[in-house]
Parts: sequence; structure tokens; C-alpha cells
Amino acid sequence: MSDYVIETEKGKWEVICGLEIHCQIISKSKIFSGASTEFGDDVNENVSFVDAGMPGMLPTLNQECVHQAIKTGLGLNAVINKYSEFSRKNYFYADLPQGYQITQFQYPIVGEGFIDIDLSDGKTKRIRIERMHIEQDAGKSIHDIDPHKSFIDLNRAGVGLMEIVTKPDFRSPEEAGAFLRKLRSIVRYLGTCDGNMDEGSMRCDVNVSVRPLGTNECRTRCEMKNVNSVKFVMQAIEVEAKRHVDVYENDGEICQETRQFDPVALTTKVMRKKEFAHDYRYFPEPDLPPLILSDDLINQIKKELVELPDAKKARFVHELGLTPYDAMVICENKEVADFFEKAAQGRDAKKVANWLMGDFFAMLKKKNLDIAQSPVSAENLGKLVDLITHDVISGKIAKDVFEIMAETSEDPEKIVEERGLKQVTDTSAIEAIIDAVIASNPENVASYRAGKVNLLGWFVGQVIKQSQGKANPAMVNKLLKEKL
Amino acid sequence: MNDLTDITIAESLSKLKAKEISPVELTQAYIKKLDENHKYNAYITLTAEKALQDAHEAEKRYANNTNRNLEGIPLGIKDLFCTKDIKTTACSHILDNFIPQYESTVTQNLLDNGALFLGKLNMDEFAMGGSNETSYFGPVVNPWSKETPLVAGGSSGGSAAAVAAKMCAAATATDTGGSIREPSAFCGVTGIKPTYGRCSRYGIVAFASSLDQAGPICKDVTDCALLLNCMAGYDAKDSTSSKREVPDLSAFVGMDIKGLKIGIPAEYRPDGLNKEVASYWDKAAKILEDCGAEIIHINLPHTKYALPTYYVIAPAEASSNLARYDGVRYGLRVDGNGLDEQYINTRTAGFGAEVKRRILIGTYVLSAGYYDAYYLKAQKVRRLIKNDFDEAFKKCDLILTPTSPVEPFAIGDTKMLENPINMYLNDVFTVSVNLAGLPAMSLPIGLSQHGLPLGMQLIGRAFDEGTIFKAAYQLERGANFVRM
Repeated sequence: MSDYVIETEKGKWEVICGLEIHCQIISKSKIFSGASTEFGDDVNENVSFVDAGMPGMLPTLNQECVHQAIKTGLGLNAVINKYSEFSRKNYFYADLPQGYQITQFQYPIVGEGFIDIDLSDGKTKRIRIERMHIEQDAGKSIHDIDPHKSFIDLNRAGVGLMEIVTKPDFRSPEEAGAFLRKLRSIVRYLGTCDGNMDEGSMRCDVNVSVRPLGTNECRTRCEMKNVNSVKFVMQAIEVEAKRHVDVYENDGEICQETRQFDPVALTTKVMRKKEFAHDYRYFPEPDLPPLILSDDLINQIKKELVELPDAKKARFVHELGLTPYDAMVICENKEVADFFEKAAQGRDAKKVANWLMGDFFAMLKKKNLDIAQSPVSAENLGKLVDLITHDVISGKIAKDVFEIMAETSEDPEKIVEERGLKQVTDTSAIEAIIDAVIASNPENVASYRAGKVNLLGWFVGQVIKQSQGKANPAMVNKLLKEKL
Repeated sequence: MNDLTDITIAESLSKLKAKEISPVELTQAYIKKLDENHKYNAYITLTAEKALQDAHEAEKRYANNTNRNLEGIPLGIKDLFCTKDIKTTACSHILDNFIPQYESTVTQNLLDNGALFLGKLNMDEFAMGGSNETSYFGPVVNPWSKETPLVAGGSSGGSAAAVAAKMCAAATATDTGGSIREPSAFCGVTGIKPTYGRCSRYGIVAFASSLDQAGPICKDVTDCALLLNCMAGYDAKDSTSSKREVPDLSAFVGMDIKGLKIGIPAEYRPDGLNKEVASYWDKAAKILEDCGAEIIHINLPHTKYALPTYYVIAPAEASSNLARYDGVRYGLRVDGNGLDEQYINTRTAGFGAEVKRRILIGTYVLSAGYYDAYYLKAQKVRRLIKNDFDEAFKKCDLILTPTSPVEPFAIGDTKMLENPINMYLNDVFTVSVNLAGLPAMSLPIGLSQHGLPLGMQLIGRAFDEGTIFKAAYQLERGANFVRM
């Protein structure tokens, strides 16, 4: 039960929300034709006769897209349906060349599943998946080139999509946001969708309704189409839910309709009333036979499945001793998790995690870099941690070494060696410094010996300072105590 | 020999191989016939020059013995087959400027076998019609017409008339509900609709995808075997094409039919059946019996539902298949104020009355609230009709029926035009075969009292065209029909 409640003078309201997410399938060619799916090519460059809906052209199913869908279904902990069917969704639009979209309607390839999401209070919540089906994308209409004409780019027409439909399990914007981040993380782990909402390769439709807190009512929902960032999805839920509350509290009625979220004005406005909803006249696609999957294929894909974020997180907690929070942060992105594992190999993983989430992330953020572009390699980060663990350098010096690594990409051992930053562990050298410090601070020595033992810290600081940070603090401590 | 166009393809090939005639002579003979017979309106696009060029190439191949199965055989191509760089209109105003940049698989197969194309043949608009009167280019005149111009049948009226009038050695055609068989019967020629999936539909302008099937119309049974062997075969570009191997169909021609069981369905013989048709049916059964076949009485109990079932499913698929003709990318465009108006103007001007009628029927039966009552029910009945055939084929090897309940009627016949149902009733013996996906051939059995050809239909088991060829050849010999 979420704590997210809309409270007004008149009452308390609960938000009910479900999501439909379109994920562009990563595949070399389109789902029903051999044309390339390359993003950013010239307009109408990647269009086959099939994509353009030329007379007599027929779709042929790209098996790569089917495999990607099975992978994704497994990643959603979902039932893979061994029998599925394609259907035609009929409507007219200029960027829909066939006059229908080939999709799956009654028999989707993936059935019920779930994703566990992590919430900020440390709890997890299970979000149920209703289904996932595969279909083709439409082209793009461009209206802003000419005041009187629209232009059509069919590069995207026929690119494979996975449409994931959740149950109405979200009770707060935070949950929806956490879900989208988790889903994005899963599909990126799987390599089935690049999850870039800003490029439109992942798009989200948001369904929202509200009900008085503590009731089980099902009130009318509104759908907001194509909300294109996690932040906007969260804002859209908040804004739309408040609108519903406002309407109900003023004795109004919510109509089932399609709305559009305006992220600048932070409002939603009507796109299409229910009366004008399309009748899509779905019927089974006669150009494609039913899609029958064998157990062998499903098992093969299951076997080849990469370790997913939840499993990785659990392993990092149980085997490497990370805190659940650290593990979650590190596992959200597969590249980060891989980097971490490489860096932590054979070392104290917890120390590596601290460095990764501290100085390392801060450095990437400051330099505005992806982890793939990091000047500090995983091996070198690991070596740096080794240098600290083996008392070659102090933690303080390590920070300086890291700064140099970030600039030069050099091996920390080499940096420490060349710049003479090795910790001094030679007793006589430290003793010489201690003697000098004692000799030049007779008053403090007297105070210490008179019982002001907390002056020890000051002495340690002085000695380390004089050693230019290289003296091993533990040894300084020990020797100082003896000498004082 | 007087006229090279009198002989069959089989005879032409043996003369070509023996160098008794040349492909150029043969082609010129057909072009001459074609020029003399423009009155039949069988061709709508001529490619005679190209055909002659190709004939010269064929001549070289015969000279150096690299001649292929149909080397130098001049064919007519139904205008539903997309032919690269040759205008392909489906006899519709909406496509009357369309020049495909691709070749249909069936025509490509024929080209690969050395055939050459004399031109594109008239047909009902988008293959919707039973009399070739819905063509944008006007009706085809049946070459058997006496004083009154008679219909050639439809939708492949141009194909049947061109073969009958010897304006090509053979023609390609398509059959969705009888469009090969009915015009074949009306024009006294022989045509076979193979099993659904035998010929690739790739590049054939789609009418009703789950029913459409290409086949040849020829001068006789032997030529049909030759031609179908060159047209058929698995095609990866059509997901509904069959991987079953196509046997050498010519090998079945001439085989004896002793012990073959021929089924006569009681439901095809209502009390009111045309007496002449009925008596020719008896004659055909007698011919086969005299050849050693056994006549068996069978039942196809759901026959009476075939027409209504067909006229739900075919228009439903057509309404969706024809959505792509929207004036956006190719074909006719009639501008309007905004996209919707452009659609309306384009499709209003581009489609003829019968096509519009079927789009309306199809849209209606797929609409929300009507889908279950019409489309879904029709699919269930379709299954029952298929089951009828499955049951019948446990008792017999072939089914013999008339092809059409009527003889060719006058162009503009008011009874046919005042109520489209009267026209649809002509398909009563042919549509079941498409619903069940079975192969069936029509061949001439004799002339009516008005001197007009009547046809018999032989229906076989799925993928058992061979048995049809066996019996059809014996029936052809026994009927001794004299071609025009």
C-alpha cells in the first residue's frame, strides 16, 4: 500500500494507474520486411515495397524479432504462448501505408508476468504484466515543413514493436517511474530494446483513474498517449489524478477519452472523445499463419538468457556483501554492473562499490561521460583499491591518484611509483619525523603528558603533514604513543 | 498447317524443338490474332514489341539448345499480376497509372521458364465480379457470342477470352471464388485453380488473401499441367505458400482411371437445375464411368451456406486489402481539403460500384458489434464446409460438378445487374472450393442448345492436383469438345 494520497479539504483519494509501453525491438531488419531498421538514415531511405504497402506485397515474419520477444517475455517473468496469431488493426492514416497495422490481438506471444520494483523506502512491490504482443510501427508524418502540405517518412514504418501492458497496479507516480526504469533496465540487459524514451524507441501510454481512499471502486479512466520520458510519465499521473479529483469534488463527471499531456503547462487536454474512437475492425491477418513456438526454441532462449538485474542484485548482496541499496544502484545499468564486477574481481567488493558510487560516479557526472567512455578502466579502479588495501597508499593519497587517473587514464601503480606517492612504512623514517615534531612542540608534548591525551590526533596530523601524506597513519599512531 | 495459333503449347513446343517453327513465327501468329480481335476487349495493355524481342532471344536458345520449359511460348497475363515496368491496373481507375517496380513470383517463374508476355488481360475490377463487367476498361466480349455480345465470365474474363480466341497460347489467371473456372467454362477453355498455397501470391494484387490463388487458363488439360508446373512452388516471400513439392503434373496426363472413385454431390443438384447442365453432368459421369471410374453419390451438407459465407469473408478481407489505395503513395489521387477529404475524393473517384459495395459489406461485417454475428460465424461455417469435403474424400477421390449453373449471358443483362445477388448466385458451384482451399479444374463438356460452351468441374483433395489431371484428361477425350 503506497502512502501516495491526494488529500483535499473534502477528502482523500487514491490513484489507480496502468501503463502500456511500446518498445522498439532491436533487430537488423524490420518485423515483416527485409528493410534496415537503422535510426537516423535519410528520409525514406529504409523502405521496402512491403513497407510502402505496394500492391501485391506480403509480410514475412522476421524470426529475429520473435526471438527478441521471447527473451523479453522471459525477462518479464511471463508465460510464453506457444500459439499466437497476428491480426490486422484497420484505420486510415497517411503514415500507415497498408491502411492497417499488423499486430496481435486475441492471441499475444507473451501472457501474464510481473516485475518487482524497488521503492525509495527500501520496499519492493510486484507489478503484474497483463500481456505483451508484437506488432509493426507506423511511419512519421511531418507537418512543419510546409504550411499546406504534410510529408511522410516511412523509415520507421514496419519496425518491430513490443507492446507491454501492465495491470492497473500503480498507486503513485513514483511506482510508475520505478517501473519504467526497471523495465528499461531489463530490456537493455536483454538487448531487446535500447529503451531511449527521448528517441521514441520506448513510448508510454498512461491510464489514470482515482477513487476515494479505502474503497474498491472502479472509476472511469483517461488515457494519455505517447508520454516520452520517465519524469513526464510521473508528472502526467500526478496532474491527471488531480484533475479527476477536482472534477469529482465539484460534482463533475470524468469521460473516457484520450488526452495529451503538456509537460510545459503541466496539464492534460482532450485529444479524442470516446464517441470518436476508431473502430479498428480487428480480424486475423490472412497473410500470416499462426505463430507456433516449440519448447526447444523457448528453452534454448531461456538457457542463453543473460543474468537479469534482480538476480545480479541478489548475487551482489549475498556473494559480494553489498548492501541492497548499493546493489540496486549498481545493477540498474548492465554496463555499470559489468564494470563493477570486473573492478571487484578478487578484491573487497564493498570497497570497490564505495569508490564506484562515490568518486567514480562523481567524476563521470562532472565530465558528462557514459561509463563506456570512462577514462578510468575497471582494472585500474580495482588496482587503486588494492593499493589502499595493501597500505601502499593512504585513502587520502588515493583520492589524488584517482584525480590523476581521471585525467591521464594511467595505471595507478605507475602513478604512485613515478610520483613517489608510496606510503612511508619505514619505522626509522617515521621516527625521525616524530622526533622532529616532538622537538618543535614542547608545550603540546607537556600537555599530552599531563593527561590531555586527545592531543594525539593533532600529533598524528602533524606527522602525516610533514611526510606529505605518505606516512602510514596506523604506524604513526603506534610510534607516537610509544614516544610520547 | 494453316495457323500456328490453333495448336496447343505442348504441340508448339515439340515443333519448336524440332525447329519446324520458330518462336518469332509463333509470336507473330498470336500478335496477328490479337490485332484481328480487339473487338473482344481482352487485352488492356499490349507488350507485343517486347514479346517479339524476347522471341528472338528464344530463337537463339533453341539454336544453341539452352531452351527452357516454356521457351518462346507467348502468354497473356491477367492484369492482377504485377509485372515489372509494365502497367498493372487491376482494371481499376485507382491504379490505372501504376507501373510496378517488381515482378510477381508467378510471372517471374514463367519468365524464368522462357515464356514471353504479349500483354495484360482485362478482368473485373480487383477481380470482383463474375462477368468481367466491373472492369474500368469495359467488359470482355465472349468470343462465342452470336448476334448479342455475351459476357466472358469473370473475373478472369480477359484470360479465358484471349485463350478461346487464340490471342495467346495460354494465360495466367486468379481464382478467389471461381474466377478461373467460371470464365473458362463460359469461353470453352480449360482452367485450374490449384490448392491454396501452391502458387505464390507475392506480387498479385490482393482481393481476399485467404482465398486468392493463381492458376493457368489453357487450350486443354495437357497445357494446364505444363503451365501449372512452371507457375507453382514454394516462395519464401509468401508465408502462406506451401513447402510441399509440386509433382510432375504432366505425368498424370494419360494415366488410366480404373477404380477411381468419382463423387457426385446431391446438394449441387437442386430441382431447378438447368436441364442441359444436368444432362451434361450425367454425360460427364458416364464418360468417366466408361473409363473405369466408379460413380459414388456423396453429400456436402453445408453447401447452401457456402455463398453467404463467401460473401462475408471475401469482402471482409477485401475491405482491408484495398485500404492501401488511398492516393498517398501511388495510383490515383484526387486532392481535397485535408487528409480525410483526400481519401474520400480519391476512393470515390477511383473505385467502381461493385468494389465499393464489397468494401462496404466487408467494413460492416468486421465492425464492432457485428463481427461475431457475421465474420466469426462465417469462419465457423467455413470450417464446416471444409469438414464436408474431408468427409466426402474419405469415400471418393474426386468430385464432379458443373462449373456454372448457367450458360454465358448477355453483357448488360438486366436480371444480373438489377440485383447483385443474382450475379453472386452464378458462383454457387465454385466458392466452396475456395473456402476449403481445394484444387479444382473446369473443362469444356459441350455446347448448349444456343451453341454456347458449358463446363464441368473436377474437385480434388488438397495438393492432389495429379488425380484431377488424370480424370480431366479422360473426360476431355470423352467429351471431344471442339475448340473455337
